[in-house]
Amino acid sequence: MVTDQLTTAPSTTPAWVSVRNGTGLAVLLLYALMPGIADIFDLPFYLDIFSRVMILTIAAISLNFILGFGGMVSFGHAAYLGLGAYAVGILAYYDIYSGWIQWPVGLAVSALFALVTGAICLRTKGVYFIMITLAFTQMIHFLFVSLEEFGGDDGLTIWNRSEFDGLIDLSNDLTLYYTIFVILVLSLALVHRLVNSRFGMVIQGARSNEPRMRALGFPTYRYRLAAYVIAGSLCGLAGILLGNDTEFVSPSDMHWTKSGDLIIIVVLGGMGTFWGPLFGALAFLLLEFFLSDIFIWWHLIFGPLLILVVIFARGGIDSFLGQQNGQGR
Amino acid sequence: MNEVILRVRDLVKHFDGVTATDSLSLEVLKGEVHAIIGPNGAGKTTLINQLSGVFLPDSGTIKFKDADITALPGFKRVHLGLARSFQITSIFKNFTVRENVALAIQSHAGHSFKFWRPARNDSQLTEPAQALLERIELGDRGDVLAGNLAHGEQRQLEIAMALAGDPEVILLDEPMAGMGGEDSDRMVQFLSSFKGRHTLLLIEHDMDAVFALADRITVLVYGRVIATGTPAEIRSNEEVRQAYLGEDEAA
Ligand SMILES: Nc1ncnc2c1ncn2[C@@H]1O[C@H](COP(=O)(O)OP(=O)(O)O)[C@@H](O)[C@H]1O
Ligand SMILES: [Mg+2]
Repeated sequence: MVTDQLTTAPSTTPAWVSVRNGTGLAVLLLYALMPGIADIFDLPFYLDIFSRVMILTIAAISLNFILGFGGMVSFGHAAYLGLGAYAVGILAYYDIYSGWIQWPVGLAVSALFALVTGAICLRTKGVYFIMITLAFTQMIHFLFVSLEEFGGDDGLTIWNRSEFDGLIDLSNDLTLYYTIFVILVLSLALVHRLVNSRFGMVIQGARSNEPRMRALGFPTYRYRLAAYVIAGSLCGLAGILLGNDTEFVSPSDMHWTKSGDLIIIVVLGGMGTFWGPLFGALAFLLLEFFLSDIFIWWHLIFGPLLILVVIFARGGIDSFLGQQNGQGR
Repeated sequence: MNEVILRVRDLVKHFDGVTATDSLSLEVLKGEVHAIIGPNGAGKTTLINQLSGVFLPDSGTIKFKDADITALPGFKRVHLGLARSFQITSIFKNFTVRENVALAIQSHAGHSFKFWRPARNDSQLTEPAQALLERIELGDRGDVLAGNLAHGEQRQLEIAMALAGDPEVILLDEPMAGMGGEDSDRMVQFLSSFKGRHTLLLIEHDMDAVFALADRITVLVYGRVIATGTPAEIRSNEEVRQAYLGEDEAA
């Protein structure tokens, strides 16, 4: 970075004009135009695929916040996808369709689960943290498997989407698609503000060197717990959208492999980068699409591929788009 | 000047089998530079870790300005005015020099549950940060990534981060670790500028630096204090010469 400053002549282009940001904006533009593209080429299922990718991106943005910026390797992040979706599903099961109730409940349940489990998980470190976050998610997974009332293993069909009377009609697929898109963009902006705030500096400092942060006088535990709760809530929101989008929820939404997929997306895209989750989720989709076409056991190729990414491109896809100009910028 | 600011009584710390701190008692006077010397593995870092709350002693007490801080969480000790630096450079290498110092200042500027305003152009942080950088003569290095600084500068930054909040006592764990002659001289000058402003508990291997800076010296061997006194007293102490200084001169 230093040499960079010395060798490049002063230019008039503002710092945010870069290949990286151009690529990110292009992907967002693609998502924004996708309904039109799907219409022109008569490929309506593209809308489904891309709304799913955008939801996965929101979940990955929330994981990137604690994993990439906060160094908390949660292997249980899919729990919040399930909790958000089940909040919608279970309330709908009892004929409560109002989004004004469903969404706050989904967010509150996710936040509470993050608060309780995070309070315990964050007392551990390293592999123990990974294992215990996984254990809590398995617990909640098996809880829903055992709840016959809500379909158990078979899951629960959601007959009506969340209702926001007078405000927005989510039963319209296109409206739901753009709602997800707007929430995706807002999530990117939210996490960007968070990581660059005073709070975010503490979170990033605690990732690099927690003992030093404490020696500077920061009570790191409570800041990390707050970050954990924020991430859980944001992923819960992704779950709420997932329930609305698929009109179905099952324990498989919070299976440990789903948590693994989210980690893969974050690592693939570039941990602790602004656009990483966006790139990672799209790449994940494309790889899944092409590899599964060639080979049913595509996960077998995927694993080694990911290891190569980790070894040769620690910054993930993001690092191919030019030098990183510092954390979180 | 003769007021005791940090009082350690009968401190004991075992690490499975090893007695790293052995009934250690110590008094640091307000305003003095109190050096702690001793061979590798004598338990110097372990002492600092207990004073700064990284881990609790097995027994004994630590008093700071008349408050018993033996069991106080480390981060709270900082806010009472007891700061430390690390033997292994513990700066944030992905942050710029200014961001490192600003983070240290942020710790003393109220709570950090502030989620929205960008910290990097928060003048309440950047201005004091720049002032502190001027003080340690890194004023023009603010925008450099800390990881790209020369070793000597990194050690300076390491200590600068302990200075935020203007602590009364600073525990310095081998500030000259890995430094060559010229850098060491600069560091000695830098540290001597602390006199009158901070009380220093200085752990250091560089004997020239210790004898140049210290008002009093405590010698630690196998976790135990074998002598405390003025530099002249320590120099002429037979037990110390045998246990420690003698070896040094022979080497
Ligand atoms: N966290 C720890 N776990 C186990 N043993 C330790 C730990 N820290 C220090 N020790 C042991 O305590 C003794 C004193 O170490 P230390 O305080 O680092 O010495 P010094 O700083 O004087 O070189 C050594 O025998 C060291 O191996
Ligand atoms: Mg040491």
